[in-house]
Amino acid sequence: MPRLSADARHRIRARINGRAIEAEAEPRMLLTDFLRHVLGLTGTHIGCEHGVCGACTVEIDGRLARACLTLAPQIEGSEIRTVEGLAPSPDRLSVLQEAFRRHHALQCGFCTAGILVSLDHYLARTPDPSESEIREFLGGHLCRCTGYVPIVAAALNAAKKLREAKPHA
Amino acid sequence: MKPARFDYVRADTLAEAHAVLAAEGENARVIAGGQTLVPMLSMRLARPKVVIDIMHIAPLAKIAEEKDAIRVGAAVRQAELLEWPALAERQPLMAMALPWVGHAQTRSRGTVCGSVAHADPSAEIPLVLLALKGEIELSSRRHKRRVAAEEFFTGLMSTACAENELIDSILIPSRRVGEGFAFREFGRRHGDFAIVACAAVAKGNSVRLGVGGVADRPVARDLLDLDGSALDDALDTLAWDLEARDDLHASASYRRALVRRLGKETIEEARRCRA
Repeated sequence: MPRLSADARHRIRARINGRAIEAEAEPRMLLTDFLRHVLGLTGTHIGCEHGVCGACTVEIDGRLARACLTLAPQIEGSEIRTVEGLAPSPDRLSVLQEAFRRHHALQCGFCTAGILVSLDHYLARTPDPSESEIREFLGGHLCRCTGYVPIVAAALNAAKKLREAKPHA
Repeated sequence: MKPARFDYVRADTLAEAHAVLAAEGENARVIAGGQTLVPMLSMRLARPKVVIDIMHIAPLAKIAEEKDAIRVGAAVRQAELLEWPALAERQPLMAMALPWVGHAQTRSRGTVCGSVAHADPSAEIPLVLLALKGEIELSSRRHKRRVAAEEFFTGLMSTACAENELIDSILIPSRRVGEGFAFREFGRRHGDFAIVACAAVAKGNSVRLGVGGVADRPVARDLLDLDGSALDDALDTLAWDLEARDDLHASASYRRALVRRLGKETIEEARRCRA
């Protein structure tokens, strides 16, 4: 691959939430800014901007990633999923999102985008987690208002609903 | 906090990465998972002219079983090694320590070799590699060499890796008959940096104990045939030798107390697990 010069913008191609995108970024642009400012996908939030808080968590090629710890050119050719890709349609919430609403698992909502992406990924792979497993997993996220109790409750409830929806899985 | 400008090279081959390193020297930085380098770029603690992405160099993406070791390439993510089905059987100590590295959300991107390259004194992977007497394979345009973990970590976040070199892979020694292993860590929160971490390898009545989070680099000691108060004395000597310092997270005397206590627990557990 040719060297991408620092002073120019370069074309980046990827798939985001199932849609092919093509947009330009400088090599130093973080994926958070690429998503929000270049593509207008403002669901991904920027909290600490150095990988501690987890608000910007997205999925890259099926693995969780802090968007703020990813350079835009690193995603060339990748498949990305953001919080905008969670709901089944614009007027419906996912099972996990619905559980968050029911359990008041958010107040200001700043950390929520990252936590939803993380838990969506986790529950798809760990259908029957214990409370302590969820708590350890949530250690990768900071929430400064709800105090985690309703977030854990929502996650456990969503896991249960998802299991009920797929009895033979 | 945004990084300063840099060029970006996605290397397709090792030769391509070596060529950029040879030409740019200290102005180049290698990026793999980026979990440490990107915050350093954003905080402008690192201001390279060029960043070389090595994650698309196919030969570096492998975990391979060799005769006495597991070879982990520079593009292998921590989560991939943790998911590798043979890990707990081939090297239980690494399997015990990996869940303590960052969070699930960072292990999914961070690489095993990246943690070694960064050489944080409280990082788990360098500690385990040192406790197991592992090796680091470095390469540059003209040379390839192997360095023992004992010689690789030279100080606070500094290593024997030269400006024109990169880590190709690390060699994690496989478990041998009769060895027992244990890993313990104490931190404020799971996933935070360790205040003190201990890794022990027991064989017969001797034990090798590695301690992280206290000195400017991980430190390992061979404690031969020690039990009871002799072992306590050896741990006390080790605790003082590490020259613990006070910081925001813990006082020096607290760290020494943890070395004595966690060290002993880790050794006892490793001895119980000898097989």
